[in-house]
Amino acid sequence: MNVLNFVNAFFSDAANWQGYDGIPQRFWEHVQYSALALAVAAAIGLPVGLLTGHTGRGGNALAFIANAARALPSFGLLVLAVLLIGFGLLPVMIPLVVLAVPPVLVTTYEAVRSVDPAPVDAARGMGMHESRILFQVEVPVALPLILSGLRSAAIQIVSTATIAAYVSLGGLGRYIIDGLYQRDYEKVVGGATLVAVLALATLALFWAAGRLAVSPGVRRR
Amino acid sequence: MSGFFDIPSDLQHSWSGLIGLHMREALLPVAAGLLLALPLAQLCGRFRWLYPPVLGVTTVLYAIPSLAFFVVLIDYTGQTELTVMIPLALYSLVVLVPAIVDGVRSVPDETLAAATAMGFGPVRRYLQVQLPIAAPAIIAGLRVATASSISLVSVGALIGNQGALGNLLAAAQKYDRPELAVNAVLTMAVLAVLCDALLVLLRILVTPWMPRGTRPKPAARPAQTTPEGAVR
Repeated sequence: MNVLNFVNAFFSDAANWQGYDGIPQRFWEHVQYSALALAVAAAIGLPVGLLTGHTGRGGNALAFIANAARALPSFGLLVLAVLLIGFGLLPVMIPLVVLAVPPVLVTTYEAVRSVDPAPVDAARGMGMHESRILFQVEVPVALPLILSGLRSAAIQIVSTATIAAYVSLGGLGRYIIDGLYQRDYEKVVGGATLVAVLALATLALFWAAGRLAVSPGVRRR
Repeated sequence: MSGFFDIPSDLQHSWSGLIGLHMREALLPVAAGLLLALPLAQLCGRFRWLYPPVLGVTTVLYAIPSLAFFVVLIDYTGQTELTVMIPLALYSLVVLVPAIVDGVRSVPDETLAAATAMGFGPVRRYLQVQLPIAAPAIIAGLRVATASSISLVSVGALIGNQGALGNLLAAAQKYDRPELAVNAVLTMAVLAVLCDALLVLLRILVTPWMPRGTRPKPAARPAQTTPEGAVR
C-alpha cells in the first residue's frame, strides 16, 4: 500500500520528532487551537442552548441561526477574516467558532427540550427554584446528548483547525500545507494521520467524560 | 463595491458559471453518498453488530482533513473535480448513515407487522413503508450534509483551481481584492440556504401527513406532553 509506506516513512524519520516543526510541538499547537475554539463555542452555545431549552422559547429562531451559520463556508470565512483583520490567531478562531456553535447550540437545546417532563414537573411541585430544576434535574438527564453535541463540534474543529496553517500559524495543518507545496506526499499523509489520531483521541476523551460525568441511572436507559 | 462581479479571467468562468460548477461539485457527492448510505444503513439495520464499526469507520474518514484527502487523491485521480468529489461523498456518510438507520429503526413494529399482514414483501415494505416514514430523518441528514458539502468544495481551490467559488477566495488574495472574497462567502451562503429551503420543501411534499413546520419533532411534542389542566 502506497499510503501506508508514506505513513511509515514519515513516522520513522527522526527529524520529524524534534524542534519547532517536530510532531510534539505541532501536535500541542493543534490541541491548543482546538481547545480554545471549543471553549469559546461552548461558552456561547451552552448557556444559550440551556436557557432556550429550559424555557422552550426561541427554538425556531435558534434553528434559523444555526442553519445560517452552517451555510457560511469555513475556508471562505478564514480568507475573508485574514484579508480584513490581518494575520494572527483571531482570524483562525472566527471560522472555527462559527463552525462549532451550531452543533453545540442545537444539540443542547434539543437535549434539554427532550427531557422527560414528569421529573421536571415533580421538581417544580416540590418547590425547586427554576435554576435548580435546570442544573439538578434537566442537565443531568440531558448530559449524554449535550456531550454528543460537544463531541461532534470537537471533531469538526480538530479536522478544520488544519486551515490555521494556511494563514501561517502552526498546528498539524503545517505538514499538510507544506507537504502540498513541497510536493512531499509523505508529509501530507503523515499530517493527515496525526489529525485522524487526534480525532480518535477526542472521541475517547468524550467517551471517558461520559462514563465519569453521566449518572449511572441515566446511562442505563 | 466596484468590480464585485468582475471575475478575474484566469478563473475561466463567469460568476454564474462558477455557481453551476459549485453546485455540481457539491451536490453530486451528496447524491452519491445517499446512494451508498441507503444499502449500508439497510445492512446495519439487518445485522446489528455491523453498526458500531461502520460508525467508527465513517467517523475516522470524517476526521481526515479535506485538504489532506484531496492531496492524497491527486496521485490517483489527478487535479480534477473527481478528486474534490470523492472525499465529500465519503464525508456525507457520517451524517447520512446514522440518519437513515435511526429513521428506519423508528418505524413502529405494529406498522411493519401491519404491512406484512397486508402481503407486502420485504422490498415493497422497505420502499413503501419504511423509507417514507424515515423520510424526515433522512432529509434532516441531507440538509446537514448539503450545507457542509457546499462549504467544503471551496477548499478545492488549494489544489489548483478545483474549488469553483472557492477559486474566488484564492483570487481575492492574489489580486488583493477583498470584495471577491465577500462575493464568494455570500454566494456560497445563499446557495446553502436555498438548497436547505428546497430540502425542507421536499420534506413537506413527500410527507403530507406531517404537521407543517420546519421542525417536526418539537412541534409535535407539547400536545402530547402538556399535563391535563396545566395552567397556561
